Amino acid sequence: MAESTLSKQRMPWRIKIEPRLDEPPAWLPAAVSVGAIILALILGGVLIAFAGGNPFASYAHIARASFGDLGVLSDTIVKATPIILTALACSIAFRMKLWNIGAEGQFIMGAWGASAVVLAPIVPAESSRWLFIPVMIMAGMAMGAVWGFIPGYLKAKFNVNEIISTLMLNYIAISWVNFWVFAVWTEGGFQMSPKFPQAAWLPRLSEYAKSVPLFRGLTTHAGLLLGIAAAIVLWFIVYRSRWGYEIRLIGDNPNAARYAGINITRNTIWVMMLSGALAGLGGMSEVGGVVHRLQTAPIAAGYGFTGIIVAWLAKLNPLVIILVSVLFGALILAGREIQPSGVPKMIQGIILVCLIASDFLLRYRIRIVRGEEA
Amino acid sequence: MTDATPPSLIVEMQGIVKRFPGVLANDHVDFELRPGEIHALLGENGAGKSTLMNVLAGLYRQDAGIIKVKGSLVEFSSPRAAIQAGIGMVHQHFMLVPSQTVTENILLGLDDPRFFMRLNEYDAKIAKLGERFGLKVDPRAKIWQLSVGEQQRVELLKMLYRGANVLIMDEPTAVLAPTEIEGLFQTLRAMVAQGKSVIFISHKLQEVTAIADRVTVLRRGKVTAAGVVTKGVTRQELARLMVGREVVFSIDKKPRQPGEVILDVKDLQAENDKGFPALRGVSLHVRAGEIVGVAGVAGNGQTELSQVIAGLRKCRQGEVILNGDRVNNRDTLYGIQHGMAYVPEDRTHVGSAPNLSVTDNVIMKKYRKPPISRGSLLDMGAATNFAKELKQAYDIMVPTVNTPVRLLSGGNLQRVILAREISGQPDFMVAVQPTRGLDVGAIEGVHRLLLAQREVGAAVLLISEELEELLSLSDRVYVIYEGKIMGEVKIASTEPDQSLIETIGQMMTGTPLEQIRKEGSLAHG
Repeated sequence: MAESTLSKQRMPWRIKIEPRLDEPPAWLPAAVSVGAIILALILGGVLIAFAGGNPFASYAHIARASFGDLGVLSDTIVKATPIILTALACSIAFRMKLWNIGAEGQFIMGAWGASAVVLAPIVPAESSRWLFIPVMIMAGMAMGAVWGFIPGYLKAKFNVNEIISTLMLNYIAISWVNFWVFAVWTEGGFQMSPKFPQAAWLPRLSEYAKSVPLFRGLTTHAGLLLGIAAAIVLWFIVYRSRWGYEIRLIGDNPNAARYAGINITRNTIWVMMLSGALAGLGGMSEVGGVVHRLQTAPIAAGYGFTGIIVAWLAKLNPLVIILVSVLFGALILAGREIQPSGVPKMIQGIILVCLIASDFLLRYRIRIVRGEEA
Repeated sequence: MTDATPPSLIVEMQGIVKRFPGVLANDHVDFELRPGEIHALLGENGAGKSTLMNVLAGLYRQDAGIIKVKGSLVEFSSPRAAIQAGIGMVHQHFMLVPSQTVTENILLGLDDPRFFMRLNEYDAKIAKLGERFGLKVDPRAKIWQLSVGEQQRVELLKMLYRGANVLIMDEPTAVLAPTEIEGLFQTLRAMVAQGKSVIFISHKLQEVTAIADRVTVLRRGKVTAAGVVTKGVTRQELARLMVGREVVFSIDKKPRQPGEVILDVKDLQAENDKGFPALRGVSLHVRAGEIVGVAGVAGNGQTELSQVIAGLRKCRQGEVILNGDRVNNRDTLYGIQHGMAYVPEDRTHVGSAPNLSVTDNVIMKKYRKPPISRGSLLDMGAATNFAKELKQAYDIMVPTVNTPVRLLSGGNLQRVILAREISGQPDFMVAVQPTRGLDVGAIEGVHRLLLAQREVGAAVLLISEELEELLSLSDRVYVIYEGKIMGEVKIASTEPDQSLIETIGQMMTGTPLEQIRKEGSLAHG
């Protein structure tokens, strides 16, 4: 139906919701998003107050714990790095309306692939950083791409629902890593592999503390550069390349894409592979930059799922994803400070719901009409 | 019901107006239904038939006008209110729960049974009801096990069980196989014999004359014939009422000698989406510098024909030759790269990407080649300049070329599509219903563009349901009926020629040209 009324017939006025026929003004989307976040913080504050906390103190604490000084800011960025990559992975798949919720599994497989380079070993243990890091990047991306290829191929050839297949592949990836960690690469029976040699670590800021004293103790690692580079490359692919144009066209109207002679089957597979490769790069960055060994499943810590939310909030724009990821990194870090779980997760959820709901205001106009006439 | 006393009316709709954003779907429509009759509502796609009936069934509310049922004024706020007044509608798309049984679907949403289902009792009730109206269906069968025809019977039973006296059938035959149609007609006859009334929405002339007692014809939201007794009219007259024939404006078509054959279609056979044969051996050709029309009532294979030519549908048999090159059953891209342009029937769902900008939409067939592409990258500057040029040249009314095309009016969107297709300087263009839903000014613009293509020596295949459009633009017209070409006529002048229209009308209803000629010569000799 083109319009609907939300009130009884005999009211003196009624609320009328009608679709916007013209383009909303340019400032509106930003204003609506900011409004939604403010509303979400107010709602979250109310809930904190109900739970017996002081909302203002809690928010101040969150801000201090994540942006308060250089040290925590660096920690925030460390948390944001894997989210950037998983969110980029989700964004490119979502752009084509492929609902890849398997970034978690692709991330884990990427971590496994990068670890295999060190642990198998594919590269001799005494190799230099200049050999280790590129090979680990390639192995991580390749394993992620394989984990994206499987659901992509099934979707393209047999129309298998990618939501189910990517979700299920997450569990397979977890079990796969568990097997290797427990059975093959275990260190003395513990559920973790031996630590990687230093040459297989992504460089950290703290390594340069000798020349730049400010960097002392900062754990921000080169994975951030990988994330930013990936975001920029992805932006070029989406908005400035022939392939990106095809992806956008398929995402908006597959019939029109078919009409324009675009091969949807092939693109489905390629996009799922790119998506998997980006998530796999995230996994590589996490083992190479933070953990420095392969552990059992919590290695991904839900980054794959957070990536879905971040991609959505950033409206799939690769550059905006960097900003939103830092915000979510802060929330995760602050969460540890306040409560192991609970409030920060809840605030994340409320922000997401408010932002998604606010989209409605961009597509519809709400009018109050007096009397019976429309 | 006797002829002596004038039958009272069961439904009266007066002056119904219904607007949608940008469209006047019903423009002061009057409609009357007598008890115990089958009343057909005839019109082309988009003529406003379904809208009018959705108003009657309580799905939409009219912007103006009144509805009376059995003489008293009613206002339906929901389909539930309509069914309480005895009006039930069977939609084109069924509203059934596949995993539940027939009985469960019929009882869904009713107050009775309250808590305990006692389904056996209701099974028997429904079986009995089905018997009464010749609607045979197993009450215990699950919906997913049933054929489309049987599901339709369940929808009918649902309405009858709720006590509907007036049944609105929205294009009921569109989903049925030919053998099932006769069964439906028998059911409808059984229902009117028992005092029910039926409104039968259709755009198929042969069905309307076969089943309906009276017919109301809608055209572009207005009534062109109200409650005409079907026995007294010919299909040709109905066709004319449906598509109209007044020439809105005259166009400047210069005589032109056609060149060599550009498109040659040979013995094409293909199926529609449901797997039924849609094309049964279509052959036609188009020469350089001529516009060739394909006339016919909607749903006789026109859509499938255009899709096979454009490479969007595979054909089972036959060939499409473009410039001596076979293009059928290859990638769509092959045709595009060999000089094929295609203006599809569905502007928003096939012809454009609604949320992408004008620029993105006009480069759809050009982005693979320089100057728009530079290797695997796109030159957005070149793309924007190209879009700006087209905006200027084709008079596309948009604030900027970055505007998403979903905000464009139908006429402007069609200009974007035509600009894109024509700017590729195609050797051949197939245009399907290029003026459907456009206002007069926009129609004229589209016609001028098509004629300009003819001037520069392109071959144009124009598939349309608007007879006047075909007669004023085409050099030759083929008539298609049930996937076969009934014949081909030359159009000598742009003035409407009465006997020519008569001939085309006869072909549109299934009489081959040879037969018409034979009968004609018999009558004269």
